[in-house]
Amino acid sequence: MSGAFHPARGPGDRLTGLFWRRPGVLLALLIAPPLIWLGVVYLGSLVALLWQSFWSIDEFSGLIVPEFTLKTYAELLRPANFDVIVRTVTMASVVTAASVVLAFPIAYYAARYARGRMKAVFYLGVMLPLWSSYLVKVYAWKLILAREGIVTWAAEGIGAGNVLNAVLSLPVIGGNSLSTSYIGTFIVFVYVWLPFMILPMQASLERVPNAMLEASSDLGATSWQTFVHVILPLALPGIIAGTIFTFSLTLGDYIIPQIVGSSRLFIGQAVYMLQGTAGNLPLAAAFAVIPIVVMLAYLVFARRIGAFDAL
Amino acid sequence: MSGDQMTAAVEFLNVSRHYGAGPVAVKAVDGVDLTIPEGEFFAMLGPSGSGKTTCLRLISGFETPTAGAIRIFGEDVSRVPPNLRNVNTVFQDYALFPHMSVRDNVAYGLMVKGVDRRSRLAKADEMLSLVHLPDYGSRKPGQLSGGQRQRVALARALVNEPKVLLLDEPLGALDLKLREAMQDELKNLQRRLGITFVFVTHDQGEALSMADRVAVFSRGRIVQVGTPEEIYDRPATRFVADFVGSSNVLPPDLSARLGGPATWASLRPEAIRLTDTAPRARGRVTGLRYLGLGTRLAVDVGGTELVALVPAGTALPAEGAEVGLTWAADAAHQMAGEA
Repeated sequence: MSGAFHPARGPGDRLTGLFWRRPGVLLALLIAPPLIWLGVVYLGSLVALLWQSFWSIDEFSGLIVPEFTLKTYAELLRPANFDVIVRTVTMASVVTAASVVLAFPIAYYAARYARGRMKAVFYLGVMLPLWSSYLVKVYAWKLILAREGIVTWAAEGIGAGNVLNAVLSLPVIGGNSLSTSYIGTFIVFVYVWLPFMILPMQASLERVPNAMLEASSDLGATSWQTFVHVILPLALPGIIAGTIFTFSLTLGDYIIPQIVGSSRLFIGQAVYMLQGTAGNLPLAAAFAVIPIVVMLAYLVFARRIGAFDAL
Repeated sequence: MSGDQMTAAVEFLNVSRHYGAGPVAVKAVDGVDLTIPEGEFFAMLGPSGSGKTTCLRLISGFETPTAGAIRIFGEDVSRVPPNLRNVNTVFQDYALFPHMSVRDNVAYGLMVKGVDRRSRLAKADEMLSLVHLPDYGSRKPGQLSGGQRQRVALARALVNEPKVLLLDEPLGALDLKLREAMQDELKNLQRRLGITFVFVTHDQGEALSMADRVAVFSRGRIVQVGTPEEIYDRPATRFVADFVGSSNVLPPDLSARLGGPATWASLRPEAIRLTDTAPRARGRVTGLRYLGLGTRLAVDVGGTELVALVPAGTALPAEGAEVGLTWAADAAHQMAGEA
């Protein structure tokens, strides 16, 4: 024996040797389980869903007719159904826009100013609401926003009761109380999804080097110009990531509008009712396809305006 | 420099920049007085933490002095924000905007001033030609090499036609060959444009070879200002001699023993000759290093190592041999002992 190498001591060495000679084997072993999970369980059920949306339901017998038809999609365009889509997409857009505006200063502060202890406080503050049950939070909001709740009480206490009443008497978005109006649904949506906007935003802002802001200022830009031409474009991928969360989560949610709101249907609720009590699986599937299509359209649009150029 | 009527491009009047207060205050810059005439290529040289970069940032406006005043072309700018100063910076890691094309990067300074798109892009192309990158306008910074990025940063900083151009370790990120080429190019560019260049470096070779004058910084203060020759030949203190390097630093006792006054002194290696007749010092050769132009000889003289540069063609002693050394009477330069 020349001693140039040690003989393999057992199966562990032989396996390591195999992985070293063929790195592809190790990679395949590592990604096969998640790939199977995603491919079969997730994509499979998605395809099954899509498939069923092209079936229809026999109006007399209430039985599913497993034959290809676009009839179900045509049904989505009926005013009652189409309203649900418009209502949901509008709510998702408004919630997303409000989240961007509310999250940006917080994310900016956390990314560029908070250090040490303040940074820990920031993460705790943003994550803490995510640790408690979603249902508990939504019910808590129902109490907060109720006519007998703390918001009404506080508004009356500071003599702003008539302001609250004026807001509630607005057409469409108003209602009997905050907890039974679109305003209430909106507030709860923004509250529940805000962390999903702040975190990616903060991550992207943190990656903008300070020297780049200095370079902008050095070349004569005002703070506003630096914000528009440097900070915003560089943070855009993070902002888009956040909007994907808030937008898609709002599109699919069926609990918040059921507990807080005007009891008019959102897409999630429509899907829930149609596949459950109504037994109209094809229409439920067609409804469920809407958020997917809307999100794809949104991503194409974001890409088109150059949102991912800085990636 | 315009004859004897020098205009001061940059003036530091007893400028300090302290962080915190009281005994724990960090004195990044401490009582600096400095005048940089118009059109000069000026170097701020010093180790890291010596205050040179803070001084540069005081000129660009990213730092404000806690005491004293800074004047640019006679006007006090101490309270003027960076975007209103007619001074531009080439940043250390270039800080090019990754989401913009090279042309848009260069045109940025004009864009924020409201120059219309056509004129500013034309001007940007002109600047890119100036730095020898005429065909790179449509690329993104990420597609350029380090040297090319450096040129783009230069073009971007020059597009506003600044009165003073600041360069923060401009060549630090480049490899040796590129660095030497860029040194010549920067020097030529500065002569051609006639703009005052102020650059910060920790590389004494770079400072001495490029600058008209050099300020050597230590612990927030300027230890010496002078031409490269003055700094190299007549270092004011032991610190300067040590930092500028390659000079022999003689402690007072050795100076006295070698026939000079009992002060710290510097003695350049190339001033030392080998001799057999009436040497000023005798010692044992402890090392030889071939440098191409000559050979670097380390000689142990009574416990202190003296370095001599022997020109090529001279007969070399063997390692361990006893040699005699001599130098001209005025070659040993006296200096202050501050380290």
